[in-house]
Amino acid sequence: MQRLRNAMIQTENLGKRYGRFDAVAGLNLKVAPGQVLALLGPNGAGKTTSMRMIAGFLRPSSGRAVVCGHDVVRDPIAARRALGYLPEGAPSYGELAVAEFLNFAARVRGLTGITGARRIDEMVERLQLQPVLAQTIETLSKGYRRRVCLAQALLHDPPALILDEPTDGLDPNQQREVHALIRGMARDRAIIVSTHALNEVRAACNRVAIVAHGRLRVEGTLAELEKRSRYHHAVSFRAPASALACELLERQPEVETVEVDPVDGRATVFPRDGGDIFPVVVKLLEEQRVRVEELQLERGRLEDVFLQVTDAAFVEMEVAA
Amino acid sequence: MSTRASVAVDRAGRGRAFRGVLLRELHGYLITPVAWLFAVIFLLSAGAFTFYLGAFFERGQADLDPFFRFHPWLYLVLVPALAMRLWAEERRSGTLELLLTLPIRPWQAVAAKFLAAWLYIGGALVLTFPMWLTVNYLGHPDNGVILASYIGSFLMAGAFLAISECLSVLTRSQVIAFILALAVCFLFLLAGDPLVQEPLLALGSSRVADALASLSLLAHFEAIARGVLDFGDVAYFVLTIVFWLTANVLILDARRGG
Repeated sequence: MQRLRNAMIQTENLGKRYGRFDAVAGLNLKVAPGQVLALLGPNGAGKTTSMRMIAGFLRPSSGRAVVCGHDVVRDPIAARRALGYLPEGAPSYGELAVAEFLNFAARVRGLTGITGARRIDEMVERLQLQPVLAQTIETLSKGYRRRVCLAQALLHDPPALILDEPTDGLDPNQQREVHALIRGMARDRAIIVSTHALNEVRAACNRVAIVAHGRLRVEGTLAELEKRSRYHHAVSFRAPASALACELLERQPEVETVEVDPVDGRATVFPRDGGDIFPVVVKLLEEQRVRVEELQLERGRLEDVFLQVTDAAFVEMEVAA
Repeated sequence: MSTRASVAVDRAGRGRAFRGVLLRELHGYLITPVAWLFAVIFLLSAGAFTFYLGAFFERGQADLDPFFRFHPWLYLVLVPALAMRLWAEERRSGTLELLLTLPIRPWQAVAAKFLAAWLYIGGALVLTFPMWLTVNYLGHPDNGVILASYIGSFLMAGAFLAISECLSVLTRSQVIAFILALAVCFLFLLAGDPLVQEPLLALGSSRVADALASLSLLAHFEAIARGVLDFGDVAYFVLTIVFWLTANVLILDARRGG
């Protein structure tokens, strides 16, 4: 029980330095069972480097990474047994057939005989690999290849998982399947997922960390991050002939500003100091007898926070330079 | 679980990881054309060289000297060709990351790859048995010498293989790996030959020349092929293999730091 409550993936001041360039610096992460952490950041932010260090592929220049209580440098074999890892680009041995590749992964993981066969069957079913089992991997589509490598990462039913862009190259249906798979596994596992698709965060993750220029910029639950967005508690609506209403809304003391999207005509009312303006907006629209087609209280947009955080990081780097 | 039991499980697990990689590599040789090409070309040219260049019949002697005499030169080209993909391909395709994040130690991966390739070459060598049958049919050769020559040939192939595998880890390009391995193997093969010795002697470094001469693969192979399984010669090959495999592990490990 004690073990379950502790973080299963943890990094302490993890850093990777190439010459004078810090690819990753002072990274502190804690992922407990039940948590799915989305690692976000622009290309080159250090996401893959961080994941490679936790997986034991790259040796950290500073700090340490621990998987299920095992230091990845001092106790690499135990740490790797506890971890399932999907590397960037989902590499696999192209000359092997899918079944052969999974057999190989199972054997190396010590899953032999009936146990191994059962685990392989389970993964083949969950990732829908039956149609291609006998096919060589190099002849498969990108989506299949990714799922084959994903199957390899899940074979040994690891308590900790690191997935570098698990849905890259998958079609929307397959993405949904993988999201469901991740949610299903999350209950008693610690999972880190890197992604560029922000919709994936809501679909599969419950925590978010944004890195930029090798440093962790923000970390928290999805709701906490959305609060940082200027859209948090904003009200948006679509209504024809609402120009007057918008003008009146802008004059309200609770309202900071009103923006109208020139493309779809959607108006967004931003609150002053994050206040609750929903009743104000509804009341005013009713008074003005505006025929509202659609009305929504915004939770905050992750995309907005992402831009905010990475822009700030960029400015910071420029100033430092 | 008691500590002793967990250590035992650990050992078993490690053995399985080693065997897993070994089997995958062996399987790879059976399904890829390059490996079959190696076997076919090795067998064909070993035969052709023996009968044409080696003048097997004309010599009128019941031994396999004309057969084994060309092995170093066959290996010089074929072993680097067989080994060039060992690490270069893993690096190019990104599977190195997969392999090194599995619960396996780098030395196990290096040794498993080496052993698989060595066994494959050994298989090709075994398939030259018709040569042995022929010479026994035609006369009464000294089968002890032939056995020693086979062992020497196998050891020499191992040395070439260890050199080639180690150099393959330096690059993503199989072509570069091949050329590097060919060059280094050539140097080791001819270390005692005037081709290498004379420039060194001209530079006045007879010590270096002597040291290098003692590293000559060819000299040690020929010593064994004469039928004398001298401890020094066998140790030379074993040490060469161990040295290059160790270097391989160290380079592989250093890459993770970089």
